[in-house]
Amino acid sequence: MTLPVSIRLLVLAVAWLVMAAAVPAYAEKFGPDGAPDPTASVVDQETLLKQVPRIEGRIDIPDRKAAVLIQPAGRTWDYFHEVLLHWGGAIVILGTIALLALAYFIVGRIRIAGGRSGQKILRFKAFERFSHWLTAVSFVILGLTGLNITFGKLVLLPVVGPDAFSEISEAAKYLHNFTSFAFMAGLVLIIVIFFKDNLPEKVDLDWLRQGGGFIKNRHAPAGRFNLGEKLVYWLSLMAGIVVSLSGVLLLFPFYGTDIADMQLAQGAHAVVAVLFVALILAHIYIGTLGMEGAFEAMGQGDVDLNWAKEHHDLWLARQLEKERGPGRPAATPAE
Amino acid sequence: MARMKFLCDADRCIDCNACVTACKNENEVPWGINRRRVVTINDGKPGERSVSMACMHCTDAPCAAVCPVSCIYPTDDGIVLHDKDICIGCGYCFYACPFGAPQYPQVGNFGSRGKMDKCTYCAGGGGPEAPGSAAEFEKYGSDRFGEGKLPMCAEMCSTKSLLAGDGDIIAQIYKERVLKRGYGSGAWGWMTAYREDIKV
Repeated sequence: MTLPVSIRLLVLAVAWLVMAAAVPAYAEKFGPDGAPDPTASVVDQETLLKQVPRIEGRIDIPDRKAAVLIQPAGRTWDYFHEVLLHWGGAIVILGTIALLALAYFIVGRIRIAGGRSGQKILRFKAFERFSHWLTAVSFVILGLTGLNITFGKLVLLPVVGPDAFSEISEAAKYLHNFTSFAFMAGLVLIIVIFFKDNLPEKVDLDWLRQGGGFIKNRHAPAGRFNLGEKLVYWLSLMAGIVVSLSGVLLLFPFYGTDIADMQLAQGAHAVVAVLFVALILAHIYIGTLGMEGAFEAMGQGDVDLNWAKEHHDLWLARQLEKERGPGRPAATPAE
Repeated sequence: MARMKFLCDADRCIDCNACVTACKNENEVPWGINRRRVVTINDGKPGERSVSMACMHCTDAPCAAVCPVSCIYPTDDGIVLHDKDICIGCGYCFYACPFGAPQYPQVGNFGSRGKMDKCTYCAGGGGPEAPGSAAEFEKYGSDRFGEGKLPMCAEMCSTKSLLAGDGDIIAQIYKERVLKRGYGSGAWGWMTAYREDIKV
């Protein structure tokens, strides 16, 4: 054959040999006569498991998952779910509740120092409140139904018995799966609507230095959102995205993911969800019990002028500037 | 008390799938559910081995541990059964199972899983149905074990590579085989399932 053709063939042969060598090491052993010895070439389980995390082979059926012969990581995931997650989750959530109870008994409900002025100013518009409550109610449903998967058999099963618990858990599973879409929609709305007011500012450090409004007789300046609220926003954003992405993978199992991916998705979903629950418990505390005058912001939309002055003075000043614009009176009295 | 186990002698398995067919026929397993399957390692290369795999009925079964509704449990003979009335089809037992035994029918949208189904060691089911009844057969398959018989897959194995029975007895059979013929690639899955291995 001609030179260029033989060179091309040589290149192809070398490339193929290189590729063949790159296949994981099933070392071929040879007998004393130089022929391949099939029996000696067999790799045993222990050697294989040291090389690869799971043993996979060839199967005849269309179910690709069945090609995995042994994946010992299943026992590891079992340990994570039954031991680490149970203990970690209980410590984080019960610990958060304990800390909040402590805060309530030590610091108490933060009052409006100057008392209510009786005058109100709009803080959150209707669409903002809708987005928040869509996300919030979804979160509570998702949180409770999700916690049932991990803790239900310890907490609820002994109380209601296996049949009732199974009915509740099955309903909880579907509720969790379908409510997740409302949560994801609400999350996107919240991320977009409140993005620009949550960007870090210099005043946030001043707020922190002044004790964040938790120390009486000290005034902590803030914009529309203080550093604490901004932290809730950004942590919720990150946790919400992780929990949503991992949740979608769990909703569509093995659509492009393998067993290790699914175990990882479940692990990420569970760990981040538990931390998210702790964060939101603190958020709920401060928005209801923890501070006088806070709930009405998201509940009705208007806040008391004195509350705004004490906790979000820079934002109040900007709002009053806007209203004062063409010589209109400062704030309208409460109706 | 006998402790039931499976052992697949990979050096005898010829990937004929008689075990798969026997299981499907004996238990009227619906389409798409594969209680038993044969996996071939090193296909086409020297040292190719095939292993028949289904539920291994593990000691400290990880599936039983992770089930959120505690519907999976071991019997006195070591057989791991589950109650389909309690199962909610969450899929966690599949994530925990080292052998991919749990199977789920797709019953709805998204990845909605129905009640988990798996090898029962031909010992009927873990639910409240009477052993050997038609109701039990419809849900779980046959109860050969209640009649003193071994699982159909092992009984139908064409080369007697798939052994089922008391763990000590089948371990002894396998050891004698390996000693007599001089080779054996091991009891696949035993370390992971039973936390003990057969040393020859």
